[in-house]
Amino acid sequence: MTQTDIHQGAQAESPYVPKMARILSAEQMTETERFFRLEIEDAPLAYEPGQFVGVTVFGTGEAPISICSSPTQGDAFELTVRSVGLVTNKLKEFGEGDRLGIRGPFGNTFPYEEMKGHDVLFVAGGLGLAPTRSLIRYVLDHRGDYGKVTILVGARDPSLLLFRDELKAWTERSDAETLVTVDRPDKAWSGHMGVITRLFAKITMDPAATYAVIVGPPVMFKFTVLEALAEGIPESRIICSLERHMKCGVGKCGHCQIRGTYVCREGPVFTYEQVKRLREGI
Amino acid sequence: MADRTVAGPVLKETNVSDPSDERFEWAVLEEAGDLRLDYNLTVLGPKKFLWPPRQPLVAYRLDDGPHPQPLIAHEPTVLLGVHPCDAMAIATLDAAFAKDIPDPHYLARRADAAIVALDCAAPCHESSFCLDMGSLYPDSGYDVMLTPMGEVLFVEAATDLGRSLVEKAAVRPAAKDDMEARQKFAEEKRSNFHYKLPYELKYLPEVLEQSYDSLVWEAIARRCFSCGSCNTTCPTCYCWDVTDDIADDFSGGVRTRRYDSCQLDPFAEVAGGENFREERWSRLRHRMFRKGKYILEQTGRVGCVGCGRCERACVSHISIKDTYVQIAGTR
Repeated sequence: MTQTDIHQGAQAESPYVPKMARILSAEQMTETERFFRLEIEDAPLAYEPGQFVGVTVFGTGEAPISICSSPTQGDAFELTVRSVGLVTNKLKEFGEGDRLGIRGPFGNTFPYEEMKGHDVLFVAGGLGLAPTRSLIRYVLDHRGDYGKVTILVGARDPSLLLFRDELKAWTERSDAETLVTVDRPDKAWSGHMGVITRLFAKITMDPAATYAVIVGPPVMFKFTVLEALAEGIPESRIICSLERHMKCGVGKCGHCQIRGTYVCREGPVFTYEQVKRLREGI
Repeated sequence: MADRTVAGPVLKETNVSDPSDERFEWAVLEEAGDLRLDYNLTVLGPKKFLWPPRQPLVAYRLDDGPHPQPLIAHEPTVLLGVHPCDAMAIATLDAAFAKDIPDPHYLARRADAAIVALDCAAPCHESSFCLDMGSLYPDSGYDVMLTPMGEVLFVEAATDLGRSLVEKAAVRPAAKDDMEARQKFAEEKRSNFHYKLPYELKYLPEVLEQSYDSLVWEAIARRCFSCGSCNTTCPTCYCWDVTDDIADDFSGGVRTRRYDSCQLDPFAEVAGGENFREERWSRLRHRMFRKGKYILEQTGRVGCVGCGRCERACVSHISIKDTYVQIAGTR
């Protein structure tokens, strides 16, 4: 059986020590989602679209959070945090100038190189827009490298929409088509309504040339994949990002494991072809 | 060895109504006389000295900038009397923690430890299937192998550290009689252990894969209480949870990891409330797959060494051995 060199690893740097980061700006996007722009203090965070970091609130704990910015946006990076637990609720108290611990980046990336020359269909539901935005921004910043760009965004109601200013700016672009829908509109809402799959009837695509990037809650993923498959997009070009509770980020602690796969190392980005084989993926 | 902490098997308690029924545990030896190399079973193996139930990882301050610092303990240890299955399990932990991104918190303790194994002449319990799992004859995970031969021990060094330990110890070169006794032990050992699985270890991952959709998992899990005793006692389990513990005067905190269990309901739960292994049987299946397939595929080392501790710890007597037998004959 495989033999292990224990002495080399014994000298390794601990992967569990956070680096110090300073908050450049913070904004409460919705009642439960808070946006942060951060900078690592000693060296910029080298990351790619699709990766995540471990965010430490010293004295409270750590939570895994997707990076929602693109490296094309400069040395700082951005996070959108939903307040659901101990750490993420504590983060509500953090603002400009405060310091957090950051580990990572962890995980694989969206296949943004492989996607070059292809059309891209983004389908983002709820908080799924955060990780998707890292790739949307990348693609829009390298607009010439990609074909037709279509962005579908869904939220339960208008108050839960993230990045509203950006959605508006994307909608106004002539080199991308952006459609936003809400399940439960309020009186002021004049846009699309209903679940996100309804938007498929309003767009056109060349399935043979398209990558679909689908990120959202499991129920949305399930039905959106059906739509993408029905359009004729191959399983290997349906890309998703899976949510798991990554505690260590380095493939040891076991929490994010799906069958034999550590999502924190081999994911969080998978093709539908891979997810299907994992069986416990969604 | 004087500068090293020595841990070994000691007597823990005897049955009140049957003094011959002795229970053993792994403990730091206070006196050499406490060592019981005639021990048979322990609830927990020597893993706890390399992979402690609680292990501090990072210390930080809360008063004047966090300055997070790694906590890497250097505690030279000798584990004296490690049975072959537990040595094999240590080799699995070594591979898991050295893989991809190495974990120096484990590996530093491990590199500081000298492991003196003690061979088994006969099966310790009906729950064990170490011969099947290839751990009766471990290929690594120890520095010295001791073979008990009556009043004397046959000593074989397996690593450089082992050779240096043997050089310092009061050993004499093996004579012809010793070699013959060693041979006799090997023959006896060979005749005492029998295979219990109806297939070879190399087929276990495939047998498991074939059983993925079997009703067996739901059937077995009817008896499971999701208590996690199987994980706690397993010599190869290494999943953990992590918490931040704050000093009483709020001057700082320590991030500590502790054993976790994939059998517990919230193990695969995410912040939004989704639980990806909500069903008890899916958690039980995950453990059986991890032990028989996933760890092997990830690390190249066996995920189960066949020690039988999980079965003995289980209040419902769920047996990993019987499960691996059962799935070979069910669809």
